[in-house]
Amino acid sequence: MIRTPLRPLARILQAREKGENTDAIERENLRIRHEQMRDDARRRAEGRLLVLGGLFFLAFSVIGLRMGVLASTEPEEPRAAVAGASIVAQRADIVDRTGRILATNLETHSLYAQPPQMVDPIQAARELAAIFPDLEEERLIKDFTGPRKFLWIKKKISPEQKQAVHDIGEPGLLFGPREMRLYPNGKLAAHILGGASFGREGVHAAEVVGVAGVEKTFDQWLRDPANGGAPLELSLDLTVQAAAERVLWGGMKLMNAKGAASVLMDVHTGEIISMVSLPNFDPNERPRPPARGDAADSPLFNRAVQGLYELGSTFKIFAAAQAIELGLVNPDTMIDTKGPLRWGRFAIRDFHNYGPELSVSKVIVKSSNIGTARMAMDIGAERQRTFLKKLGLLDPTPVELVEATTSQPLLPPNWSELSAMTISYGHGLSSSPLHLASAYASLLNGGRSVAPTLLKQTGPRKGERIVSGEVSAQARQMLRRVVTEGTASFGEVPGYRVGGKTGTADKPMPRGGYYDDRVIATFASVFPADAPRYVLIVSLDEPVETSGAEPRRTAGWTAVPVAAEMITRVAPLLGLRPQIEPEPMTGVTLTAN
Amino acid sequence: MTEMVYGTAPMRVGEPILPKWWRTIDKWSMISVLLLFGIGLLLGLAASPPLAARNGFAPFHYVERQAIFGITALMAMFITSMMSPTLVRRLATLGFAAAFVALAFLPLFGTDFGKGAVRWYSLGFASLQPSEFLKPGFVVAAAWMMAASQEINGPPGIRISLVLAVVIVGFLAMQPDFGQACLVLFGWGVMYFVAGAPMLLMIGMAATVFLGGMVAYNASEHFARRIDGFLSPDVDPTTQLGYATNAIREGGFFGVGVGGGEVKWSLPDAHTDFIIAVAAEEYGLVLVCVIIALYATIVLRSLGRLVRERDPFIRLAGTGLAAMFGVQAMINMGVAVRLLPAKGMTLPFVSYGGSSLIAGGIALGMLLAFTRARPQGEIGDILRGRPR
Repeated sequence: MIRTPLRPLARILQAREKGENTDAIERENLRIRHEQMRDDARRRAEGRLLVLGGLFFLAFSVIGLRMGVLASTEPEEPRAAVAGASIVAQRADIVDRTGRILATNLETHSLYAQPPQMVDPIQAARELAAIFPDLEEERLIKDFTGPRKFLWIKKKISPEQKQAVHDIGEPGLLFGPREMRLYPNGKLAAHILGGASFGREGVHAAEVVGVAGVEKTFDQWLRDPANGGAPLELSLDLTVQAAAERVLWGGMKLMNAKGAASVLMDVHTGEIISMVSLPNFDPNERPRPPARGDAADSPLFNRAVQGLYELGSTFKIFAAAQAIELGLVNPDTMIDTKGPLRWGRFAIRDFHNYGPELSVSKVIVKSSNIGTARMAMDIGAERQRTFLKKLGLLDPTPVELVEATTSQPLLPPNWSELSAMTISYGHGLSSSPLHLASAYASLLNGGRSVAPTLLKQTGPRKGERIVSGEVSAQARQMLRRVVTEGTASFGEVPGYRVGGKTGTADKPMPRGGYYDDRVIATFASVFPADAPRYVLIVSLDEPVETSGAEPRRTAGWTAVPVAAEMITRVAPLLGLRPQIEPEPMTGVTLTAN
Repeated sequence: MTEMVYGTAPMRVGEPILPKWWRTIDKWSMISVLLLFGIGLLLGLAASPPLAARNGFAPFHYVERQAIFGITALMAMFITSMMSPTLVRRLATLGFAAAFVALAFLPLFGTDFGKGAVRWYSLGFASLQPSEFLKPGFVVAAAWMMAASQEINGPPGIRISLVLAVVIVGFLAMQPDFGQACLVLFGWGVMYFVAGAPMLLMIGMAATVFLGGMVAYNASEHFARRIDGFLSPDVDPTTQLGYATNAIREGGFFGVGVGGGEVKWSLPDAHTDFIIAVAAEEYGLVLVCVIIALYATIVLRSLGRLVRERDPFIRLAGTGLAAMFGVQAMINMGVAVRLLPAKGMTLPFVSYGGSSLIAGGIALGMLLAFTRARPQGEIGDILRGRPR
């Protein structure tokens, strides 16, 4: 029980003594106290109510003043939001090494429909189908008269098409501003640029995302507003790329090849000056990936980066250079080339019989499988593997293309002595033309490794030493002799001292074994051979040269003339001047053998 | 004697109600209410024909309905204002209980009329929004509890009323109707303030809100963008707010003329939330100032009369009703002139709407009943020599 104090105690006690009822006294006391409390409360509330009233007065005055200010200003014309207000050119341009535009942005519009707002859906569908031949009238009518409240009709339309749609006069057809990616050079460098498409889409803007090539690799960078609109500078040279594509396309047609690839790389910086893969596509209208069939036959397939081929005799120079570097041979050492060379049940043969022995130079010049295999036997599997790894032939290339990361060269599961012998002449190891280009560049630029790159560099980027400068020079000399007196005689371009090595590899059948009438013909070259500047790889897929009595497929007849034509066209563009070849520096006597 | 001087005590048995009412009522406030209602009808003539055209009614369909509702509301107001404060308290508390139950059962039996928030009971010929009736009822009930808590040995009324307020806010937030929820909280806060909330607590709460806002502004990008968008001087002229702002500018000081306004055709809420824009466009700043002055008159006169009020319950209930009424009007107009972030709220007595009109009539009737002149023991004070 709660005890309540008796107040006023003195009077109550007195009353109790007299035996009177104390309730009335208590009630009276309570009333007086309440009265006092109310007075106190009112005094306190008075101030607070005045404050409240003041606040209300202030607030009403502010609203009134604000109304007055608004009423005295001029009204604005209600307009649709300015088209580019929310999507200014957000994605950075891509330019070539001289600043020419490879990819930029274009403001355009998308077309969408809001069927509930339509006045005459049937008429609108008919006229739309007339403007855009790829739209079906029945389908549009179904969409417009169905329950849908919103649908996209076209993602990008031209100004003329927009005007034509305007002229329909249908209020339910609406336009959303779009920034689209434009590749003004069309198919040029398509595989490198890749392409872009819309990511998340809204009525007022859409996100542009890269889907392949450098657009995808550098997607974050291109979108990053922190770069302040600085373009992405590639190592490509637009004119060289254009010339290379044209020559390669002509060569592919002349040689009846089904595909072709070329890589032109600066040997000192690793910059890719041009890289072509045919057939190609237009990144403005990037085709869909094929649902069926071999992905390698799609135009989207980048043969120079993704195509893994056994590149044949072009690998022989690696065995020769390593043997010289290891001190096992010098260019004049005689190698036993009696054939066939038997290893277990396997026999290695040469294309022709080159006699009992050849010098190392001649092994390269004549392209002797047996001679190269013997050098590989001396080197041994383990050392060969280490050497090829340093040249970057065993790992995906570090080039800045998303496609490159998945292009892991195909290696023998067990690197036996026999594997070492076949790999020495380019069989049993599949790599891409780009792998070959960077390996050649590393070997021939003086012997320091370079990594291929698509970004413009400011100076040489050389890594670890692979062979000595002298060995590098000797390798170049051997390659030069392949052109002057060997299998690549069509490769001579006056004044540019081309050196190179041909390679003709039978294509493997899907179920094992090799076709005897389908080859990959490759020419790996360096120019000028005495002062190396560029490496050029040209690779033709299933070429057949039919001018002679019987079809010829070897690289010397197919890839080499195409490469020579390419160098003829491209070298002047690269600023190289034709020069008279200096005398051979070493005292090699060119005696007939 | 005192009661005879002030006239609330019948001089003779059976004194007529009307003369007493007329003597004691706050005539300024009452006239302001009548004028506001008249302006509401006038603006309805301008603002509602587009809506009627959209819904396929005769042009002045909504004006007629507004007139019918308005007359009902005025009658409710007059009848309520004739009641004694005690009767008002009893009826309002009963009404509050009924509205509370109705609010609680809204999720089960209510409809949303396709607007996404379940706020109404559909009665066929009209709809009923319980939260409109709940507000004045809640104010009276809460004031009663707060006043009772100040008595010796009284109940803990402040705590009970706070719990009630929180429960109501919860129900309203579920609908969702954050505007009404804020109003209820605000009404409770004002009453607590007048009932003698500790100053320290008030300052602390203000500081917490301010600091919380600062933290939210710095931490949350979304919040910051909303605030920046509200603070930025230019407004997208294709939004509702943009149209409203433009309408006010178009109107200038004297308006474009009766019936010449354009904004009512482009704003879907021209007859409710943005009726002030219609007023500004057609009649100019003059009418807007008149409207503001009328609201200010009602609020300030009521508060002024309550300053002298001796009964804590009457003081608190009257303050709560006046403050809620004034704040609702201020929020509506503040949104239209972009002083406040966008929030749908009707302009009391002017906007179209049956529930809000009748509930508003009852609320103002209560306010008028509370602000009637009655003896405040002033002679007693003077006799006892107490300063007042």
